[in-house]
Amino acid sequence: MCGIAGLIHRGKSSNVGQELQGMLQALKHRGEDSTGYALYGDTDGQNFIMRFKVGENVGEGSSSIMEDASVYDERKKIVDNHISQLGAKIVKEERILPYSLRYEIEYDSSDLLEFSQKIESIPGVEILSMGKSLEVIKDLGNAKAVCDRYNLGDVVGTHAIGHARMATESGVDIKSAHPFWGYPFSDVSVVHNGQLTNYWNNRRMLENKGMRFMSECDSELIAVYLAEKMRSGASLEEGMKDSLSGLDGVFTYFVATKNSLGMAKDTMAAKPLVLYESDDLVAMGSEEIAIRSVLPQEIDTYDPYDGEVKVWQI
Amino acid sequence: MANIKTNENKTKAQSMGLHSEVLTGKTQQKFFNPDEAENFYYWGTYDVDFNKRIDLDVNDLDCKEANKKIDELMSQGYGTIVIKNPQGKHSLGVGVLNKLNLIFEGSLGYFGVGSIDGPTVRINGRVGWSCAENMMAGKVVIEKNAGSCFGAAVRGGDLICKGSVGARTGIDQKGGTIIIGGDAGAFTGFMMQRGRIIILGDVGINLGDSMYDGIIYVGGKIGSFGSDAVESPMTKSDVDWIKRKLKVAEIGENFDISKMTKVVSGKKLWNYDALEPTEKKGAI
Repeated sequence: MCGIAGLIHRGKSSNVGQELQGMLQALKHRGEDSTGYALYGDTDGQNFIMRFKVGENVGEGSSSIMEDASVYDERKKIVDNHISQLGAKIVKEERILPYSLRYEIEYDSSDLLEFSQKIESIPGVEILSMGKSLEVIKDLGNAKAVCDRYNLGDVVGTHAIGHARMATESGVDIKSAHPFWGYPFSDVSVVHNGQLTNYWNNRRMLENKGMRFMSECDSELIAVYLAEKMRSGASLEEGMKDSLSGLDGVFTYFVATKNSLGMAKDTMAAKPLVLYESDDLVAMGSEEIAIRSVLPQEIDTYDPYDGEVKVWQI
Repeated sequence: MANIKTNENKTKAQSMGLHSEVLTGKTQQKFFNPDEAENFYYWGTYDVDFNKRIDLDVNDLDCKEANKKIDELMSQGYGTIVIKNPQGKHSLGVGVLNKLNLIFEGSLGYFGVGSIDGPTVRINGRVGWSCAENMMAGKVVIEKNAGSCFGAAVRGGDLICKGSVGARTGIDQKGGTIIIGGDAGAFTGFMMQRGRIIILGDVGINLGDSMYDGIIYVGGKIGSFGSDAVESPMTKSDVDWIKRKLKVAEIGENFDISKMTKVVSGKKLWNYDALEPTEKKGAI
C-alpha cells in the first residue's frame, strides 16, 4: 500500500513542513509503520546539512533489536572524529533524539562519496541525507507523530516529498523507511509507492558498479538506480525515463533535487497518483484527499498516464 | 454446519458417488412464493419525492457517517440530495438502490458511488479510482476528470466522464455504457465482457486486452491494441446509437462519429451467450 505526497512552490517559499505533514496525515490509512519527510528548506547554501542516525528507534512496533543507549554516544564520537579527519568542520550540532542527529558542516569538496563512505564505515551509523538544502527526517509512527517529534512544523522551504509506509518488503525500522537519499549526490531524495520485482538483479549489478545499499527495501533501488545514472552523466529526467524500462514491477515515485521535483509512473499505471498543477504550485499524492489538505477549494486534478515522467523546477 | 444426511432415493449421479448429501434446515432452497409480502420488498430502497430537496455538508463527516446520513434522508422521502464539501473523501454515495437525484458539489476520492442501482448522480468535480464500480443501473455524470478503473465491473446504466480518465477504464465491464469526453489511459476495456465504451479522445496502450465481448468506440488515436482486440467496420446502426448516447450525455455535439474506430473481441467463446443473458441483473 503506502502513500506518497509531494509539493513544489514555484517562485516563492512556504511552510512546507506543515503542509507536507497535513498531506501525509491525510494518507495515514495507507500505512503508519513509519513516515518520512524530505524537506528542501531555505538556507544560506554555505554549509552542508547532514541528517544521520547512530541507532534505530526500538519502540513503536519496531523490528529492530534493542541496543544499549551508550553505544549511540560512542558512535557519535567516532563520527565527530571522522569528520575532523576528513578536513570538515562541524558548525552546528543538534541531537534531536538519542539516535538521531543533525549537523551543519563546513566541507569544501562537492564529492560526497569519500565523506559518506568514511562516516558509514562506522557500524550502526547511516547518513539519512546530505545536502545544502535537503533534510531527510524519518521515523516510526504516523506523520503527525514524526512531525511533532522532530519539530518540523516550522520548516520553511520551496518543495518537499514524503512517504507514509506500510512495511511489506522489509522490516519496520528507520533504515527501511522512505525517503531515501540519492547517495552520494547532494540534495537528491526519492519516495516510492509500489513493488519492484527485479530488485536483486539490479542490486547485484549496481553493487558491482560500487553503489551502496543500506537496507533490503526495494524502494532504495530507485534512489541508487538514479544516482548511478547521474554518475554516468545522465540528467535526472533522462535517468527517470530510463527507469521505466530498467525497473520492473509496479511503481509511482517522486524524486527531488535542490531545484526540482519529478514524478514517474510505471508502464502498467498500476499505482495511483493524483496531480494538481498550477503556475505557482504543484501538489501530488496517492489520493486526492492529500491534496485537499493544502487546497480545500475546488480545483482541477488528474491522474498522470502510464509511463509518464514529469519534472518541475522551483 | 448444515445437517447432512444420506438420501435413499439415489439419482444416477448420486449412485456414481456424486451429490450424495442433502442439505436440510435453514440451508434448504426457498422457492419464490407470490403470496408472501416479503418477496415484494426490495431491501434498502425507499419511495422518494424528487421535489423534496436538501443540502448535506459532509465536511466534518467520515464516509460511513455521510452514507448513513444519505440513507436516513432517503428514508425521510428526500429525492434530491446535494452533497456539499465532499473534499475527495472515499466511498461516498455507495449502495443507493432506488431512484434519487444525488448531486456532489466537489470531488470524490476512491470508490465513489459504487454498487448503485438506479440513482441519477452528478459530480461537479473529479473522481478517484474505481468510480461507480459494480453499478447496476442509473446515470452518473462527472464534470471533470476521473482516476483509474473507472466503471470497473459495471453491469448497466450510463457512466459519463466529461474529462479524461486513467488506466483500465471499464475493466471487467459486464454491461451498460461508459462515455469519456477526453482521453483514456492504458488497458481500457481490459477483460470486458459486455457493454460499450465510447471514448472521444485518444487511448493508451493495450486497448481491449483480453476482452470477451462488448464494443469500444474510439474517436482519437489508439496507443496499441491488446490481445484479442480487433478493429471492426462502423455500421450505420453504430453511428445512430453513438449519436443518441452522446446526446443523452450532453457531450460531443459536433463530433464526427463516422470517423471513430470500432474495436471488438476477435476470439470465439463457444458457449458464452448461453452462460449469462445480457439483461440478467441478478447473476452477481
